[in-house]
Amino acid sequence: MSDITISERQAGDVTILDLDGKVTIGEGSVALRSAIRRLLGEGKSKILLNLAGVGYIDSSGIGELVSSYTAVNKEGGTLKLLKLTQKIQDLLAITKLLTVFDVFDEESEALSSFS
Amino acid sequence: MAGIQQIKLPSRIESVDEAALKADEFAKEQGLGDDFVSAIDLAIRESVANAVKHGNKFAAEKTVDLTLARTDEGFEITVRDYGTGFDIDEIPDPTNPENLLKTNGRGILFMRSFMDVVEWSNHEGGGMVVKMIKRQ
Repeated sequence: MSDITISERQAGDVTILDLDGKVTIGEGSVALRSAIRRLLGEGKSKILLNLAGVGYIDSSGIGELVSSYTAVNKEGGTLKLLKLTQKIQDLLAITKLLTVFDVFDEESEALSSFS
Repeated sequence: MAGIQQIKLPSRIESVDEAALKADEFAKEQGLGDDFVSAIDLAIRESVANAVKHGNKFAAEKTVDLTLARTDEGFEITVRDYGTGFDIDEIPDPTNPENLLKTNGRGILFMRSFMDVVEWSNHEGGGMVVKMIKRQ
């Protein structure tokens, strides 16, 4: 069974990826990387990652978030994060990555921020 | 109640999940709470991943030796690899601004953040040992 399910939705020109499962070393991180690379290949570079369903993330998963962020930036796009669990928020605070990512609790607010 | 469990794991990524699962079962048997188990889980995942990737470099003939112990002090984890070792002082601080966008190097920070003691040593029979304690 896969560690993670990634579903895609479109809201205007913003692509929302709903992540459900674990973003950890191995399959979870690879699945996120593949999804981001595919979107960039399709010219979709405004990306909102909904992490509400991510019950677990490790340092490899955090690294993959960073890798996604830099890959999207490199293509002139923007990647933002939505609905962090307390645990992910704690890990991003420890790593000082809350200073890097734009993070939102409300989807409508996140979508507005892209325009 | 004191207890000890020793596990030898192959040098592959799947061992990270296996180690975490064993530790979760063991910690719950010892009556430890969710927050405690969650901290142990993360520390074990990061340390076993380091041992597999950076210590043993995925070498099939090398194992990762995990010891879990419930002690009077709390919970003690040791993870041994059979690699050539490293100098902990040479590991870059991932929270330095110039390292923030690096895609790796945060595992040790997590281990130190969630455990009360994290110490590395060279094993006399070769390889590195990381010992971690979570006090209760």
